Amino acid sequence: MRNLLGFLSRNLFFIFFLLLEVIAIFLLIQNNRYQQSRFLNSSNFVSGRVYQSVNNATKYLNLDIINEDLATENAKLKAELANSKIQIFGNNYIINDTIYHQQFEYSETRVINNSVTKANNYITLDKGSFNGIKEGMGVIGPKGVVGIVKTVSPHFSSVLTVLHSQSKISAKLKSQNYYGSMIWDGKDYQYGKLINIPKHVKLFLGDTIVSSGFSAIFPKGLDLATITGIEKPSGNNFYDIDIKFINDFKNLEQVYVVKNVLKEEQLLLEQTTQEGDSDD
Amino acid sequence: MIKQILNFTLLFVFLVLLQVLVLNNIQLSGYINPYFYVLFILLLPFETANWLLLILAFALGISIDVFSSTMGMHTSALLLMAFLRPSILKLISPRDGYDSNQSPSIQDFDFRWFAIYVSVLVFAHHFVLFFIEAFRFSDFFYTLTKVILSSLLTILLIFISQLFTYNSQAKR
Repeated sequence: MRNLLGFLSRNLFFIFFLLLEVIAIFLLIQNNRYQQSRFLNSSNFVSGRVYQSVNNATKYLNLDIINEDLATENAKLKAELANSKIQIFGNNYIINDTIYHQQFEYSETRVINNSVTKANNYITLDKGSFNGIKEGMGVIGPKGVVGIVKTVSPHFSSVLTVLHSQSKISAKLKSQNYYGSMIWDGKDYQYGKLINIPKHVKLFLGDTIVSSGFSAIFPKGLDLATITGIEKPSGNNFYDIDIKFINDFKNLEQVYVVKNVLKEEQLLLEQTTQEGDSDD
Repeated sequence: MIKQILNFTLLFVFLVLLQVLVLNNIQLSGYINPYFYVLFILLLPFETANWLLLILAFALGISIDVFSSTMGMHTSALLLMAFLRPSILKLISPRDGYDSNQSPSIQDFDFRWFAIYVSVLVFAHHFVLFFIEAFRFSDFFYTLTKVILSSLLTILLIFISQLFTYNSQAKR
């Protein structure tokens, strides 16, 4: 305190001068429009620079909140995007021809959920009963068979894929007419088995397996797999064939649901024939 | 002492009126504006207390400002000049110091001393005044030219005034 008083008394002249000078400059700025505007402008410039640099520093602290806001906004905008909406009535491509009667109709759908690692794998499609998809229809990808529609809801359908313990696709050799069944042993999503091919058939590694068309679900001749291993187990009459799927089930995006227009007719006919057999 | 106070009061009023009524109307070629009223601060006796110096400077500055409607401009410049005066006096003090009752004048000191004393303080005052008037440094040399030319004219007027007092005091 004494030091302070001593300092004040020693510098009294200077402090008094400063006081009066501050008053004078205050009067100057208060009463002179030109100096006032200059002063305000320059002080705005100074304060603006200060605020700017403070803002430069503090904006990093707010990044979390800003990110959150932006993410929320993104989610909102994404909800507005067309591909998050469901197209109720899709495109079904039908060609009317007088010589070739249309047997299969294809409607394109998109895979919105997929799995390959489970023992029983399903995929979900973005179209359902509103688009005319029914249980039991086939689903094919760009490179061949994907699976069979298991259940449908109004807007979605669940597809039992080839990668399922119960899946059994009727298949045949492309070069010959021997047919068997394609199954999945639940190990690797790229490899499966072909069963029920008799041992006397001549097989070669790399032979292609195609759909047989017997099941009335898929058209005939769709590529399914290639042969990667052939064994002749002792004790039965059939080959043990390892196959590699042509479809990459991990990379499914655009698939087609196949509607067999004549399926009912075929099944009905087969049924009546069998009933007739049993009646006899 | 009383006589001195009276003298300086009269000088105060005279200088304000001279400055406001006459000299403020002189603007030679847009550059030169003599501010002769600073003579009052220059002529105050050596013994004048520092605080009184400042108060007088403030009063004189305010008076000039009120008349020329440049509130605070002359006051701040004149305050700086009054603040510098003791330091300048100390810097250029003669070997035997100042007599307490004396005022700075040509006849008591040599011409060189008085010239330095007046030039430095007048230049300081004009420098502050003109730059406060411009209130920016962007036209620095234009303003500086005004400062130098006006300082020269003010100093010239102060010397001329000193000749008058010299004569009157010599008669006494």
